[in-house]
Amino acid sequence: MELAELLEIAEKEQASRKPIRVHCCTAAGCASSNSEQVKKSLDEALKATDLHNTVEVCSVGCMKFCGRGPLVEIESKGLLYEQVTPEQAPAIVAAMNGGSQDDSDGLIPLDPQHPFFTLQQPIVLENSGKINPERIEEYIAVGGYQNLYKVLHDMTPEEVVDEITQSGLRGRGGGGYPTGLKWATVAKMPGDQKYVICNADEGDPGAFMDRSVLESDPHRIIEGMAIAGYAVGANHGYIYVRAEYPLAIKHLQKAITQAKKYGLMGSQIFDSPFDFKIDIRVGAGAFVCGEETALIASVEGGRGMPRPRPPYPAQSGLWGCPTLINNVETFANISAIIREGADWYASIGTEKSKGTKVFALTGKVRNTGLIEVPMGISLRQIVEEMGGGTPLGEVKAVQTGGPSGGCVPANLFDTPVEYDSLIKLGTMMGSGGMIVMDTETSMVDVAQFYMEFCRGESCGKCIPCRAGTMQMYQMLTKILNGQATMADLEKLEQLCGMVKATSLCGLGQTAPNPVMSTLRYFRDEYLTLLQDSPNGKVAVKS
Amino acid sequence: MSSASAQKAVSEKTQAKKKEHPSGDKRFKVLDITMKRAQNRPDALIEVLHKAQEAFGYLEEDVLIYVARGLKLPLSRVYGVATFYHLFSLKPSGAHTCVVCLGTACYVKGAGVLLDKLAEEAHVQQGETTADGKMSLVTARCIGACGLAPAAVFDGKVMGKQTPESIMDNVKEWLE
Repeated sequence: MELAELLEIAEKEQASRKPIRVHCCTAAGCASSNSEQVKKSLDEALKATDLHNTVEVCSVGCMKFCGRGPLVEIESKGLLYEQVTPEQAPAIVAAMNGGSQDDSDGLIPLDPQHPFFTLQQPIVLENSGKINPERIEEYIAVGGYQNLYKVLHDMTPEEVVDEITQSGLRGRGGGGYPTGLKWATVAKMPGDQKYVICNADEGDPGAFMDRSVLESDPHRIIEGMAIAGYAVGANHGYIYVRAEYPLAIKHLQKAITQAKKYGLMGSQIFDSPFDFKIDIRVGAGAFVCGEETALIASVEGGRGMPRPRPPYPAQSGLWGCPTLINNVETFANISAIIREGADWYASIGTEKSKGTKVFALTGKVRNTGLIEVPMGISLRQIVEEMGGGTPLGEVKAVQTGGPSGGCVPANLFDTPVEYDSLIKLGTMMGSGGMIVMDTETSMVDVAQFYMEFCRGESCGKCIPCRAGTMQMYQMLTKILNGQATMADLEKLEQLCGMVKATSLCGLGQTAPNPVMSTLRYFRDEYLTLLQDSPNGKVAVKS
Repeated sequence: MSSASAQKAVSEKTQAKKKEHPSGDKRFKVLDITMKRAQNRPDALIEVLHKAQEAFGYLEEDVLIYVARGLKLPLSRVYGVATFYHLFSLKPSGAHTCVVCLGTACYVKGAGVLLDKLAEEAHVQQGETTADGKMSLVTARCIGACGLAPAAVFDGKVMGKQTPESIMDNVKEWLE
């Protein structure tokens, strides 16, 4: 395929569009609230009027405000409705006709100028909720695959790696390792066979960013992976996606088939010597497979158990070949960086954390859904302005980083959200789950919840994690049952340090984090549960 | 020439017959196709087990042996993988499945209460099947429907914002 052909597809797609597009969210969140039926009713309601010549209803990906789904948007008119039912379809059509705006039709308008939307800065999600993820033509119409063309024809692999390095992009899976450095390491490795793996095993409970990206804009990931493949010299990619995300798998499969059909995947892409193909690997429900060496073991068809590093996957990964593993969101940033340039990307965010980050804002907060915000925004802005605070009572803490992270208490909400500041607070950026907790939530209970999770998900290979998580869980249960003493709490703290220091992989090394961070900020809650509850005997740390 | 090709066809036929599972169960055909498409490569094991579970409902010993033979893997390896991953079940499940999500968002919004209600009224604990085999109650680490917490999945259909009452309404029919 030539660039001209790509542009032609884009033009044709633009021309075939009707002037007014009604977006109906059909991503998993809204789909479970019956949005498919809403779309059908909208189609029928349109047919009954003379608007069907100028208006079309499109299934689009996630519109972010998941807690209020199904969402319907008429973009050119600035109308957005929440919790739409199939019965309201005629009323929406009437509203398009300039009909009544009273409340009798039960439509709930949502203000597109709500801080939930205005504070966002979409890069990863720029097409989410705007295009139909099941049609490659719509992705091409918004400039898709042009960056791949640009890379293949105008840039050398070294230039691509440099561009990513200069952008300051860091891994979005949680660790925050500089992406450019990782690419450079794989690129430098000798050998003809290298692999690119997209880690879509989003196991953190309370996180669904990757799911939304895969469901809403799958071609973006394919393009990002292909660019990465060119930069590091790999011709084969794998996407390792959780089995719990059937819609994401379906959209990815469809996207790969379409890309192959257009010659955007396969051999000699864009008449260049570059070949690239992508296979999907479906996980089977193991949290530890999010760890890169465990993920590789699982792609190879074995038990997903991690192995010691080094050698890092960049040196010896899939089937012993140099392998680049990046998270979904990392790959989703690539085409935008190539399009707009590294300097543009580096101008967003803070000194050490560049760009934007997608968070799944959930828990006891009024507005739940996906947010993409520039790095450096404060937690207060996220929770209070965008999230609208908690419906009942007071916000007590925000949990970030899932089972590997910790809780940030409300009095530290002015902290900017970036990799290093969160680590200083004893938590981490993680993959992007952000769970708001109110004063009703017991922090000891939360710590026990995460420990139960880690205990169940430990692969059992190394003893500190296998036995340690079990012991910590039992100690926490003892505390919650009111049977523990001060000595138990001390033992728990010692064990936390030991498991953190001696576990083989990230799962074990971070498993004590939820306990340590709740002990750091909410020690009182632990102390009041002790038998020799000693308020006064022990100095209470804040 | 023609007799040679005919002979070849016959031998292929007998081979195919030999390969077929002795029980004559057609579901093994599905496995054959999946394994063949993956060129019987051992790294297709997880994919084949997914297919097997889809076809048989769970992974009985016979199926594991068949897969091991097909992919030329030791049975221990197949058993090891089947028991490692949570989504594979070695026990038959009920006619219907109710999955309660226990992700953090669902948890802080009261997923535990949903489980208590099911235990109390449907007499089923998590990870178990009702005595009459009508419904299995499974828990999930996180199904990614956090915006609609607490969420549950009824035979593959995700439903958000569940209450103890709504969850009982959804499973009532199955239990009758």
